[in-house]
Amino acid sequence: MFKLVKIAVRNLLRYKRRTLLTSSLIAVGVTFVLVFVSSSSAFKNLMISQITDSMLGHIQVHKQGYMASIDSLPLTLNLSPKNMKKLEKAINSAPGIEAFSPRIKFAGMFSNFMETTNIRINGVYPDKETAVAPLLPGRVKEGDKIIKKNEIFIPELLAKGMKVKLGDTIVIIATNRDGSVNGKQFKVGAVIESVTGPGGRDGYMHIDDAKELLRMEQLEISEIAIRLSDFDKLHNVRAGLMSALSEETNKAGKPIFDVRTWEDLSPFYNVARMIDIMTFFIKLMLIAIVLISVMNVMIMAIFERIREIGTMAAIGTKPGKILFLFLIEGFFLGVFGTIVGIIFTSLATYAINAVGVSFNFGRQVGLVLSPRLEMGQILLISGIVIVVSVLAALQPAFKASRMEPINALRHV
Amino acid sequence: MSLISAQDLTKVYTLGELQVEALKSVSFTVEPSSFVSFVGPSGSGKTTLLNLVGCLDRPTSGSLTVAGADISSLSRREAADFRGKNLGFIFQDFNLMPVLTVYENVEYPLLVVQNVAAAERKERILSLLDTVDMLDQKDKYPDQISGGQKQRVAVARALVTNASLVLADEPTANLDSKTAFMVIDIMHKMKDELGVTFVFSTHDRKIVSEVETIYTLTDGMITGKAAGKGGRHV
Ligand SMILES: Nc1ncnc2c1ncn2[C@@H]1O[C@H](COP(=O)(O)OP(=O)(O)O)[C@@H](O)[C@H]1O
Ligand SMILES: [Mg+2]
Repeated sequence: MFKLVKIAVRNLLRYKRRTLLTSSLIAVGVTFVLVFVSSSSAFKNLMISQITDSMLGHIQVHKQGYMASIDSLPLTLNLSPKNMKKLEKAINSAPGIEAFSPRIKFAGMFSNFMETTNIRINGVYPDKETAVAPLLPGRVKEGDKIIKKNEIFIPELLAKGMKVKLGDTIVIIATNRDGSVNGKQFKVGAVIESVTGPGGRDGYMHIDDAKELLRMEQLEISEIAIRLSDFDKLHNVRAGLMSALSEETNKAGKPIFDVRTWEDLSPFYNVARMIDIMTFFIKLMLIAIVLISVMNVMIMAIFERIREIGTMAAIGTKPGKILFLFLIEGFFLGVFGTIVGIIFTSLATYAINAVGVSFNFGRQVGLVLSPRLEMGQILLISGIVIVVSVLAALQPAFKASRMEPINALRHV
Repeated sequence: MSLISAQDLTKVYTLGELQVEALKSVSFTVEPSSFVSFVGPSGSGKTTLLNLVGCLDRPTSGSLTVAGADISSLSRREAADFRGKNLGFIFQDFNLMPVLTVYENVEYPLLVVQNVAAAERKERILSLLDTVDMLDQKDKYPDQISGGQKQRVAVARALVTNASLVLADEPTANLDSKTAFMVIDIMHKMKDELGVTFVFSTHDRKIVSEVETIYTLTDGMITGKAAGKGGRHV
């Protein structure tokens, strides 16, 4: 066994150039895939955290039916205090939730006393909102970081378009759920940067102001945004929350609450999916490269060593051992290629991080791509390459093991 | 009991339409601890015969017993097993493994074929290498030694498993006559010391005087049996 390993390795070293060529081909493939995987997942994760942390949250809960008409921000599909109690109880009982932020969402008119335009507003508890969307304070271009009462945060596009500056007084007019109109003066507390994704161009005000403006007798919440302590547990937490809420049905027996992850809420999810699909195909290409190159080199090796194989067989080496010998050679080609590939990849990612590749996405500029090598991916790719190398050697090795020694010995 | 007993062995090769009768009803016996050669011109059937005795090929008809076993119809695996346990091979082109040293080449059959304890293994290899006078070359690779030296290593390799029968198909064909005599001499010495039977083929009449029994093969038939002078090693 150990002896076979020694023979295999020496045979690989005997054809140094060919071994080097094949394993560098594998190494280049591994490097390409790992760099692509780590860059694309860095891009994906950066975008997801930008989207979830600046506005969306990881999970949102609405009243059933709200999502269907979210474009009009209906006030008739809000959650009553009674429902909110139930929901908070479920949130507190479900594991993995770090923070949640109730929001009143509504559409209103924004007036600077000369012109009027539309605006979408979130009424929030400032501290809760910051806990769910930690990037929100960072979006403030000028002004307060934290929302105060009687103040409004407006998106910069609106500020520009309406020629409104920090500290100006403006009026928000909104229609409440019964159809009556109310207006209220606000001071511009901050101008915030727009971000990609739904709600990226909304304004913010204190939830008490929203309640007053909309003349709510009791607080009615449009949406609860939730932040998880571990983003990777997204689907588990959602399932936990769903099961905690499964009892809560209305009179018709339909569920009251609608629990959605960011994936249902942001169109970027489709981009993320595309990236995953591309990654999958790139891995397939790697498999093809490894398969073809290892198979090719093994077929050559076996053809050149027919007489040696014949000798081994004549001396009494069992077919299984001959098979094994060539499988080990394939295995080491894969291992060697993988190791070199991982070294290349480390250098390449180090270089990308050192150079500082930045990109723009939508209105967000200067996002820095910082690929990191993930152990899981390294193990996965190494595993795939090594297994495929052994599989590629299997057919030629099987042929070698089935050779008749007399025919093999006669071969010149 | 005879070590080899062949009765009416025939071997027919089929080449498309053509049937080549390589052996035509060959019968002979070889006693344990003897030194036998088959002599004949190229194409007379020497390789075919040794392949049959060596369990590398099956006879078309006839019976063949080697070391007490009927080997005319073994499976691939059984044949490999039988070869590993009972037979040693020496080839015309030496056929050492190029990636293994002299020592490792001799060691190979022990590791791959038989399980022998490490200490005994080492002792056996070293003593055989000493007998074939290759001990000082034991760490060299085959491409660093001469043809005669390679064939001596091959002799050691054939003997290391304590085979009862060593088959050598034209072991001297690629050697100059001086070296050829030396190799035959070593084989003979081993036969005397270890009681191993050597059966070898050659087309070279000059070297067979060393041999105890000489069979002459012509067109797939045994056409003569003679006694040689049975060695002259010093
Ligand atoms: N595999 C084979 N297929 C067809 N004919 C063969 C084969 N092996 C040997 N022969 C024929 O059998 C005869 C004996 O060959 P061989 O045993 O190799 O003789 P030698 O070793 O004495 O030169 C020759 O005519 C040869 O052409
Ligand atoms: Mg021949």
